Amino acid sequence: MTDDEMDQIDRNRRHFLTIATAVTGLAGVGLVAVPFLSSLKPSARAQALGAPVEVPLGSLAPGEMVRVLWRGKLVFVLRREEEMLKLLPDNDDQLKDPHSEKTEQQPAYAANEVRAVRPEYLVVEGSCTHLGCAPIEDFAVRPADGWNGGFFCPCHGSKFDLAGRVFKGVPAPTNLRVPPYRFVRDDLLLIGQDTGAA
Amino acid sequence: MTKASAMNFGLPRLFLIVLTLVAGNAFAASEIELEKSGIDPGNVNSLQRGASNFMNYCAGCHSAKYVRYKTIGKYLGLSDEQLIDNLMFNAEKTFETINVSMQPEDAERWFGTAPPDLSLMARARGADYIYTFLKSFYVDPESPTGVDNTVLPGTSMPHVLWSLQGFQNAVYSQHEEKDAEGNVVAVTDHFEGFEPVTAGSLDAEDYDEFVKDTTNFLAYVAEPVRSDRRKLGVWVLMYLIFFLIIARMLKKQIWKDVK
Amino acid sequence: MSRIEAEVGKPKGGLMKWIDDRFPFTSTMKYHATEYYASKNFNIWYVFGVLSMVVLVMQLFTGIFLTMNYKPSAAEAFASVEYIMRDVEWGWLIRYLHSTGASFFFIVVYLHMFRAMLYGSYKKPRELVWIIGMLIFLVLMAEAFAGYLLPWGQMSYWGAQVIISLFGAIPVVGDGIVEFIRGDYSISDITLNRFFALHVIALPLALVGLVFVHIVALHEVGSNNPDGIDIKKLKDEKGVPLDGVAFHPYHTSKDLVAIIVFLMIFSAVVFFAPEMGGYFLEHANFEPANLRATPEHIAPVWYFTPFYAILRAVPDKLWGFILFGTSVILPLFLPWLDRSRVRSIRYRGWLYKMALTLFTISFLALGWLGVQPAEGVYVVAARIFAVVYFAFFLLMPYYTSIDKTKPVPERVVYHD
Repeated sequence: MTDDEMDQIDRNRRHFLTIATAVTGLAGVGLVAVPFLSSLKPSARAQALGAPVEVPLGSLAPGEMVRVLWRGKLVFVLRREEEMLKLLPDNDDQLKDPHSEKTEQQPAYAANEVRAVRPEYLVVEGSCTHLGCAPIEDFAVRPADGWNGGFFCPCHGSKFDLAGRVFKGVPAPTNLRVPPYRFVRDDLLLIGQDTGAA
Repeated sequence: MTKASAMNFGLPRLFLIVLTLVAGNAFAASEIELEKSGIDPGNVNSLQRGASNFMNYCAGCHSAKYVRYKTIGKYLGLSDEQLIDNLMFNAEKTFETINVSMQPEDAERWFGTAPPDLSLMARARGADYIYTFLKSFYVDPESPTGVDNTVLPGTSMPHVLWSLQGFQNAVYSQHEEKDAEGNVVAVTDHFEGFEPVTAGSLDAEDYDEFVKDTTNFLAYVAEPVRSDRRKLGVWVLMYLIFFLIIARMLKKQIWKDVK
Repeated sequence: MSRIEAEVGKPKGGLMKWIDDRFPFTSTMKYHATEYYASKNFNIWYVFGVLSMVVLVMQLFTGIFLTMNYKPSAAEAFASVEYIMRDVEWGWLIRYLHSTGASFFFIVVYLHMFRAMLYGSYKKPRELVWIIGMLIFLVLMAEAFAGYLLPWGQMSYWGAQVIISLFGAIPVVGDGIVEFIRGDYSISDITLNRFFALHVIALPLALVGLVFVHIVALHEVGSNNPDGIDIKKLKDEKGVPLDGVAFHPYHTSKDLVAIIVFLMIFSAVVFFAPEMGGYFLEHANFEPANLRATPEHIAPVWYFTPFYAILRAVPDKLWGFILFGTSVILPLFLPWLDRSRVRSIRYRGWLYKMALTLFTISFLALGWLGVQPAEGVYVVAARIFAVVYFAFFLLMPYYTSIDKTKPVPERVVYHD
């Protein structure tokens, strides 16, 4: 074997080893990144604090709304009157998504006309889908303005109806989000969990 | 259990506990030789029994406030239902930590000092310490609780496990220290062992097992990731060995140039 | 080769040229890596510099992630560390990496410094490299000390209590200084808060800056070698030292092997013995700080114990403090204390070899004595070893000047 051939073999070998070392090293860096990035996820304590919250409904009169916090997020629980429910379909042609077709905005069981499990109770996150401000309730019906009651966001003027559905022509792109929830008893609502025993 | 059988069992084992009581030095009293706990962190059955022991006998006064029930359940193979039914007397949700209902201020008034949190006791003092401590309560009529402990003299903790172990006396022999002329210069109390006074519901061997399981559990909660970290360590080392082989070949190849 | 000459390399194009026209990237790489020539006969003692760098990066990185979860308040600090250990996903690993890293930082730095003493790396023209290195060591000690208070355990609290009280030995202003350091009448939430600021911002910033300057100074004068020979004297026609090889790829490939071996040892501790028998994580520190009771046995972490043993060996508060301080500072003057004509121990006479051996034994012995109780025979031993420690430095001008040295060869000793 000549020196040149020898050199060629060495060069190939060196090239291969350089790549093998780099790949192994980078794989190591990648594996090390996993625990560091995972540590940024909600911790066991955050998960404990973010546990489902119970809302007693016994004292909630028709037309009344309570604000509760679940995982630090504001949730509106509104007990809708018959009248409110009746007016809902009238809004349909002014809405962006009247039939709740955007599936990520609500669990399947709330993807209906009234966006609720039980029509009487509206449960939506009080966070405007534009930039996260908390909408203000405006339940007064003003037929002159075509307003059948709903929510109004003070930040950029987005409007939602009493099913949390967004109106056309406002910055918010989607309906208010419905969190997972279920009724433990007739008068006890559990927000944050929709399966399993309590 | 008869007194004689307890002594037969107890003495050969207890002679291991040698208390070096230097006369006039109160500090040395705690320098007792600790018994080896012989715990097996991999024994899940022992840990389950220990968890139950802890909840039934310790958790009334001692918290383990950094430990979540869920964490225990995962490691001990217990479902949420099993945790709630068997271990959780002070909590409703499995993600809660092991707390006590007793207020620290009340505890301080009743015991003189609040019972310490036990989350880290096994790391702070060692498993052998806990094991020996739980076996070393002896009758002391002068103490407010009626007992004292050779491992932690003057402890304000009562002998919670008396119904299991029974009561025992600490036996001392006296050693005379003499100077060159044969005059006694000091008398040293020498701890010989324990002598049962009343029997408990467990015999000595079962009581040892009981304490061992409890200690095992406390050692586990002191560092719940212990077994995970060891398992991971093996993989990390295997990766590094592989990396080392390649890197070393590359180094040799590159250094061929250097004459 | 100067920096400008290095820039006039082969023609470049594309992105690299665009960058190089605006930022000295290629020339810097050449100057510090591909055309930085260091002796080819580096042995194992030469890996601890790069290992210190590895640990520094690791500490900075894990430190950032710990800071995201740690709470610098007396009420919450201890619990937040346990929160990291238990509730934060992988938090335990990050914490163990950081706590083990602290001890390994000192292991590699001590070995790095010892290398300099073996081969006279502090001697002309590398005095500044050594002085900057000593400053790094001092900042590192402060950094470690501040960091040790943060878990707010028994040892954190009482260790800090003892060390801060040291400054009370200074006449007249002592008590004022102690109060000034603590910011309170005792070690408190306020002290913890300011130590946190020092530990995560001020001192790391100083550390990184000093390390940068350390390397710039080193690359200006060039690395020493186990023979203590100036390899720049003999160069080939291209101006490359005959005994030098480029830092990259030669030393980098060699250092990589060393780094992996180091990581193996390091991982073995992190994963199988993170407490290291109570030396890396002290048992008493698993109990929250209790202002009413000092732990029965109190000693600083192992890396401070050689100096701590000197402090305790002196039966006078002020003189103990003075000798303690002097023992830390003395190595700074090595470049001028050492009068030998040769650098490397390979060509020194038996006097220096004996002196360095005694010094090493004393340093290790003092380290061991620092964790023993300060009584009886231990104190006597500590005094003897402290005398040897100081004698090594103070008598150095004498014994190095009369020491019989061997002739230094032209070329480095290199076995293929």
